[in-house]
Amino acid sequence: MSEQPNAPVDGVDPMQEERREFRSYVWGAGIALLLTLVPFALVHWAGLPRMPTLIVIGIFALVQILIHFRCFLHISFAHKREDLQLILFSALLLTIMVGGTIWIMASLALRMAMPAS
Amino acid sequence: MSREAAKYPGLNLSSAHGNDHEAAESLMFGFWVFLMSDAILFGMVFATYVTSVHATAGGPGPYQLYDIKSIFVETLLLLASSFTFGMASLALKYKHSTPRLIGWLAATLILGVAFLCFELHDFSTMFAKGGVPSRSGFLSAFFDLVPLHGLHVAGGCIWLICLVGQIARYGLDTKAKLGIMRLALFWHFLDIVWIAIFSVVYLAGLT
Repeated sequence: MSEQPNAPVDGVDPMQEERREFRSYVWGAGIALLLTLVPFALVHWAGLPRMPTLIVIGIFALVQILIHFRCFLHISFAHKREDLQLILFSALLLTIMVGGTIWIMASLALRMAMPAS
Repeated sequence: MSREAAKYPGLNLSSAHGNDHEAAESLMFGFWVFLMSDAILFGMVFATYVTSVHATAGGPGPYQLYDIKSIFVETLLLLASSFTFGMASLALKYKHSTPRLIGWLAATLILGVAFLCFELHDFSTMFAKGGVPSRSGFLSAFFDLVPLHGLHVAGGCIWLICLVGQIARYGLDTKAKLGIMRLALFWHFLDIVWIAIFSVVYLAGLT
């Protein structure tokens, strides 16, 4: 790229680059598989109490989403700033709207004495 | 940093692709904006589901309706299809032969269709147990959320078939390349939505 003097195109061996990106996909799929297996096994076999299980499922899902973003969608901090800002803005909107909806509706259910659990 | 900075989400073509790499930037950004708005749509449908998960109105609930083994198979199918699409992206970027690219795309299509078959089988099992959308608020919300994802996957499969037809007819030109790259984003995005579905709907429902 002529506008990127610090990124010499010819300095990168395409074969090496391909191996690196192939490994990224393999690692991504492997870690995602592990992060899938654990919560499924937990729900299917282990009779843990409800709350700890839910927390583990939530954490594993978040980590797996991050892995997918990193290894499959190739989002990193080396990105153009607009892409990252868009992700942050969408995450903010999601948090406000989803969190707000669940909060308000749960509070409503509690106060209206609907069967909550 | 010896590598080129990423210009857009997804696997970036290198400058070995000449103008295609430049042409991708605005298209990929536009498609990324669409995906983020789609994520917000899914988020709101998730919120609807979570708020009505207890509203079973005396009808069947998650324990009677969900089948964890089938969900597990669907999860593996979708994860495998994400990986095969990644291989297709690599075949595109590093200019492997077109048959090899088509082969990975075909593998992705088969996995996607298998996922849809399992999902439809799940729905028909639920219907047989009285779990129809009109039974309760919980089931309405369920059939708003999960088939919405299924429709996205079906749309992705149709798009994939169209792209393969396009390549067969016109060759691997700029339009075909950019189509595959956008479909790759779409496909990986759907896998991410599925992570949320199997965690929030199925695993949390069966806990």
